[in-house]
Amino acid sequence: MALLIGTDIVFGSNMPEDYVPLALHENDPFTMFKKNKDMVLLNDRPWNMEAQAHLLDDDITPNSCMFIRNNGHVPEKINPYTWKLTIDGESVKHKKTYSLADLKSKFKQHTYQLTLECGGNGRSEFDPPAKGNQWTIGAVHCAQWTGVRLKDVLEDAGIKSDAVYIGYHAVDEHLSYDPNKEPISRGCPMSKALMDETLLAFRMNGKDIPLVHGYPLRLVAGGWPASVSGKWVNRISIRNKVHDGTKMKGSAYRIPCKPVAPGTKVKDEDMCIIESMPVKSLITYPRSGAMFNLSKALTIRGHAWAGELEVSSVEYSIDFGSTWKSCTLKKPVNRLAWQRFSATIRFSQTGYYEIWAKATDSQGKSQPMLLPGWNPKGYLNNACHRIAVKVK
Amino acid sequence: MRKDRPTYPETRKLYRWMYGLVMILVLLVSAFISMNIFFPHWLYQSETIITSSETNSDGDADKIENGIHVRTGLIDAEGLMVVVQNCTSCHSASLITQNRMTEERWNETIKWMQETQNLWELGPNQKVIVDYLVTNYPPMKKGRRMVLKDVDWYELED
Repeated sequence: MALLIGTDIVFGSNMPEDYVPLALHENDPFTMFKKNKDMVLLNDRPWNMEAQAHLLDDDITPNSCMFIRNNGHVPEKINPYTWKLTIDGESVKHKKTYSLADLKSKFKQHTYQLTLECGGNGRSEFDPPAKGNQWTIGAVHCAQWTGVRLKDVLEDAGIKSDAVYIGYHAVDEHLSYDPNKEPISRGCPMSKALMDETLLAFRMNGKDIPLVHGYPLRLVAGGWPASVSGKWVNRISIRNKVHDGTKMKGSAYRIPCKPVAPGTKVKDEDMCIIESMPVKSLITYPRSGAMFNLSKALTIRGHAWAGELEVSSVEYSIDFGSTWKSCTLKKPVNRLAWQRFSATIRFSQTGYYEIWAKATDSQGKSQPMLLPGWNPKGYLNNACHRIAVKVK
Repeated sequence: MRKDRPTYPETRKLYRWMYGLVMILVLLVSAFISMNIFFPHWLYQSETIITSSETNSDGDADKIENGIHVRTGLIDAEGLMVVVQNCTSCHSASLITQNRMTEERWNETIKWMQETQNLWELGPNQKVIVDYLVTNYPPMKKGRRMVLKDVDWYELED
């Protein structure tokens, strides 16, 4: 590899498995990040890329089909041997620093499959349009994460009784390269931070986390907007107030506390932080556009998820919601993992159909067929997914 | 007994000179670091207003094909180069073309970028930029749900 680049790679032996240095590519994100060619590039500075529904058919999403959401520049110089994670903040009992080796040896390791969905997934459908990357349906994945519980590390440092929130800090650089600005620094209330499934992860799908997804250390908080799951994390602050880092304030990752009419201007103080993501589902097979004979029994399948909750049922409709039939639905492999649904459909006449899927969570809330409540930044669109088919 | 060392004064002079050089370097480095810490805007925003000039464009970098500015994908229309120069140095043009807003909301967005993202003052260029955006990328009516478009039809194998 050194021959290819024409220079020695400092810390070359520390590079993550499968990692190809950025210098080897001319900014082709598909090669650089090892992504499927059917992924859709939304933005190249910063890198933002989403999947299409049919790419998300696997039970465990492979790296090649995982959406990329970045707020700043992907860091390039990472040395796992000198990497440090500091636990600090107003409400830490003893400020502590851990190396990756410390984390791995001191604390018990856990593996969970966790659904991470971008808060703005589905933003492109809002009217009037909302500012930001125009995600359609593909900013969601459910990979398998291995790491230590954030709870164990925070408790090792000691949590004061006045702790209310944690906030993460990371090494990525602001788009303007201003060293005094953080591209993003979000967090979650202590209740979420202390959950069993909230991890400080160092492996994804059994390998080192790919660089663009947070190598060498990522906070993973399944079921919440994926921006809570900070990448390249090197510091976590235990706060005695709601964390006030970049993208915690104003309209970022917030929705109006009370419903508003489309296009309404909402004051910052009337906006509330998004916590659990709403119930949603995706038909991952067949790909939209399938044509087949009337004699065929069509099998459909996909995934459903419901933030902090479990999905209790999934139904499908081939007549725009006039009638619904139930799908077979599996239990999640663990809490906060998406659930597989499937159904076999027989059509009684030829023609154009749309197959719509609708999931319902354990509290009885279902996905709307129309767009849910408008909000200034276009978050939380959990409207039903549909595919088009033709029966011949 | 004492050995004659005729080079001694020269060596001392050389050391003194080197010491001075090192101190100057140290001063420069610390000045640069403190600039980074205390006045990053001076370092990173030296060009406060990038002026418009289509004649500035250099050959291939600003090639237009079928009415599209090839490098950025932006529509070729009045104000294009002002937009290219002021709006694509931090983020890519795809963030612009994906977003469709009214004049009022573009102005708010520019204000937000100036307050939080280190965007410089645009001066008279702001009107040129916003006019370009609302003319070429106006908001589209989508309603409560759009019809499925651009379906890629294929034979489903068993």
